[in-house]
Amino acid sequence: MSLFLAALAVLLLGGLGALAASRSPRAANLLGALGAVLGCAFGGTVALRVLAGEDLPALRAPWRVPYASFHLEVDALSAFFLLPIFGLSALAAVYATGYLRPFGGRRSLGPPWFFTNLLVAGMALVVVARNAILFLVAWEVMSLAAFFLVAWEDEREEVREAGWTYLVATHLGTAFLLALFVLLGREGGSFEFEAFRAGAQPGALFLLALVGFGTKAGFVPLHVWLPEAHPAAPSHASALLSGVMIKTGLYGLVRTVTFLGTPPAWWGWVLVGVGATSGILGVLFAIAQHDLKRLLAYHSVENVGIIALGLGLGSLGWTYGAPWLAAFGLAGALLHVLNHALFKGLLFLGAGSVLHATETREIDRLGGLGKRMPATGVAFLVGAAAITGLPPLNGFVSEFLIFLGALRGGTSSVAGVAVPGLAAIGSLALIGGLAAACFAKAFGVVFLGEPRSGEAARARESGPAMVVPMALLAAACAAIGLFPGLALRIVEPAVREVLPGPDAGWRPAAAAILDRAALAGGGFLVLAAALALLRRALLRRRPVGETVTWDCGYVRPSARMQYSSSSFAQPLTELFGILLRTRKRIVAPRGPFPAGASVATETPDPFRERLYGPAFAAIARGAAALRWIQIGRVHVYVLYVALSLLVLLAWKLG
Amino acid sequence: MKSATDGILVLLVLTDLMLLGTSRIAALIRLAGLQGIVLGCLGLFVQADDLTLRGVLLAAGSTAIKAGVIPWLLARAMREAGASREPEPFVGYALSLLLGMALLGGSVWIGSRLSVPGPGAGSPVVPAAFFSMGAGLLLIVSRRTALSQVVGYLVLENGVYTFGVSMAREERILVELGVLLDLLVAVFVMGIAVFHIRREFDHIEVDRLSTLRDTGP
Repeated sequence: MSLFLAALAVLLLGGLGALAASRSPRAANLLGALGAVLGCAFGGTVALRVLAGEDLPALRAPWRVPYASFHLEVDALSAFFLLPIFGLSALAAVYATGYLRPFGGRRSLGPPWFFTNLLVAGMALVVVARNAILFLVAWEVMSLAAFFLVAWEDEREEVREAGWTYLVATHLGTAFLLALFVLLGREGGSFEFEAFRAGAQPGALFLLALVGFGTKAGFVPLHVWLPEAHPAAPSHASALLSGVMIKTGLYGLVRTVTFLGTPPAWWGWVLVGVGATSGILGVLFAIAQHDLKRLLAYHSVENVGIIALGLGLGSLGWTYGAPWLAAFGLAGALLHVLNHALFKGLLFLGAGSVLHATETREIDRLGGLGKRMPATGVAFLVGAAAITGLPPLNGFVSEFLIFLGALRGGTSSVAGVAVPGLAAIGSLALIGGLAAACFAKAFGVVFLGEPRSGEAARARESGPAMVVPMALLAAACAAIGLFPGLALRIVEPAVREVLPGPDAGWRPAAAAILDRAALAGGGFLVLAAALALLRRALLRRRPVGETVTWDCGYVRPSARMQYSSSSFAQPLTELFGILLRTRKRIVAPRGPFPAGASVATETPDPFRERLYGPAFAAIARGAAALRWIQIGRVHVYVLYVALSLLVLLAWKLG
Repeated sequence: MKSATDGILVLLVLTDLMLLGTSRIAALIRLAGLQGIVLGCLGLFVQADDLTLRGVLLAAGSTAIKAGVIPWLLARAMREAGASREPEPFVGYALSLLLGMALLGGSVWIGSRLSVPGPGAGSPVVPAAFFSMGAGLLLIVSRRTALSQVVGYLVLENGVYTFGVSMAREERILVELGVLLDLLVAVFVMGIAVFHIRREFDHIEVDRLSTLRDTGP
């Protein structure tokens, strides 16, 4: 445990050092990254040791705050979440040294490093805290550090807006958590996690946890902050927010369910429903986006939906005493947490590398970057293939586990399991297909074809500090995909921690199927490599001409002839128009010699526009009606205080 | 000694009422000083059964601060600010007195309803303390100059002190020190505020600060 505390201390020291050295960008970069990498190495060691089966004693220290204690414990579930937290953070920190460098001349680098390290420390503390007060404090530290990262480039209007949206959303979520923990604490008589029990109303507690933690995780319709905040943050922070911070919400949900005992069936149904909705809507909105990072942020909503599907299936298996269904669902969900951290981190780092090189996130201003930034292009391709769940990459492994669970459930004779199982199969298939379409668009428009703007044409590959972390993440994606048995070994202790009862031997069964799939995938890769070699051998000593990608037989092809992000997505956005409500502005060509024509599409988030916008406007109007109370005279404010005290006293006494 | 304590409490109530009816700031400050002496005596009489040197010293110290240091500071502030009268209070003196009587009635009611542990139960301490607090709050709310408001804070704190000194005999030192500290901080802050107001805005009428408020859309 002391190693874990040392990790936290080193992280904080690195952050403080960067803050102290913020006058020199180089020193801030060095100190911040050093603290992050060292801290993550320490912390990662702890997580690996626990996953390897070591039993770490819990740390209990008194704390003077009422009801609180400094109670930390790293069990397998915590360790499993610590793994992506420390792993991705270390790589993101290395990446940030390159990514933040161009900002060094303009603004101080101390604050982003400080808040990055604080965010990592906060996340780590959230998953090991075993006291509700400590948990909430860590939760708030994490959320606020993330806020300062989101709002870092605060001179831009949309960044301030995003920061504000995030701040409101996270605190609304925390309010639900506060209620949850107060109720749990009242039932258990203490705010220690080990004392928590369900009490009379476990359903209400589950719903509080679902809303409170779901806001952080980004379940639809609580996701609205996510596509605003994640693109606004600097890219290494976007990777951390999307890759690991939203997972703390899922951790909280799983941890809460362990307090509440065997879940009733409807929890599983709700989770499957939430998962299917988030997954499908998330990927649909992603398709319609024109901002690379925003697109990725919507994909986080989608992936959180997939994880919720797995959790729902796991919960149903638990309820109905189907150990394999429970294990497949939960293992798939947990493994997807790790996998999503890897490939979403990779994709955000790749998007950051594009942004770094071209200074734009507009997909329609990019193009042809595959030739100019080959390493970023390959890494992004690996990430894109992984997120769409293609073998032999890691996304396939976890989604296939959930599929296995769903198939088991779907063929069950109990309707309460069969219907959600079939629904999960259907929505997973739809999500997978749409995700593939979306990443065909994202990768194709950004990296293939010809550059659509001068910035894209002048793009250069990023430096090694940024490329190496991406390469490592891509390698990790491939490693889990090619050796799924290893990943199952990592996730097994965490599953055992959550699910009661004897182990049903699900792991060897799943490993057998997955190993065969990995073998086939590996064989496919070997075949592809052989074909490429064959092609090279055949083309040797023959003249090979190169030309632009799109020329359509014209004499003077232009980059504008290529599919744009709107046109590529058009068939799908038309098909799902009723959900997306894409706005189009078309200036159609007129006459035999049209002078100009244009088309622009925009897909704002309908939940933001139709649900939260009106609701918050109504609240603002209501608050404005009370403005007369704020009269500006100190006397009157004292009068308010005195009167309310008197009224309270009289009420109490009378 | 009960009659002596009661007499002191009556004195406290009377000074409160006089404070409410006074327009001259110098008189306000003098009355506040007088109240400090009264409270010092209260501190002595309450513990008359077992008088200790420590208790005497503490009572003397608190009297010195309440009746000496703070009035002196306030008088200095008054001279520097050049304000000798309360120009036009939000609530007139006659109305203040009437409100004061109503507050006294309310305090007696509170005293009858509030169940206090210890020897203070049923004594007039509770109404007197609550009335002092109420009078202080009324001064703060109804007066325009910052100096009158400081006196209001003082009276408020005196009420708290009265309550504490007669209720918590065992932990009196704790209460007393806490109250003194509060008082000192309050005067300090307000003193700074007074000087700042004088330097920045050239007058010490707090209500003009309202020009700084957020006017909103």
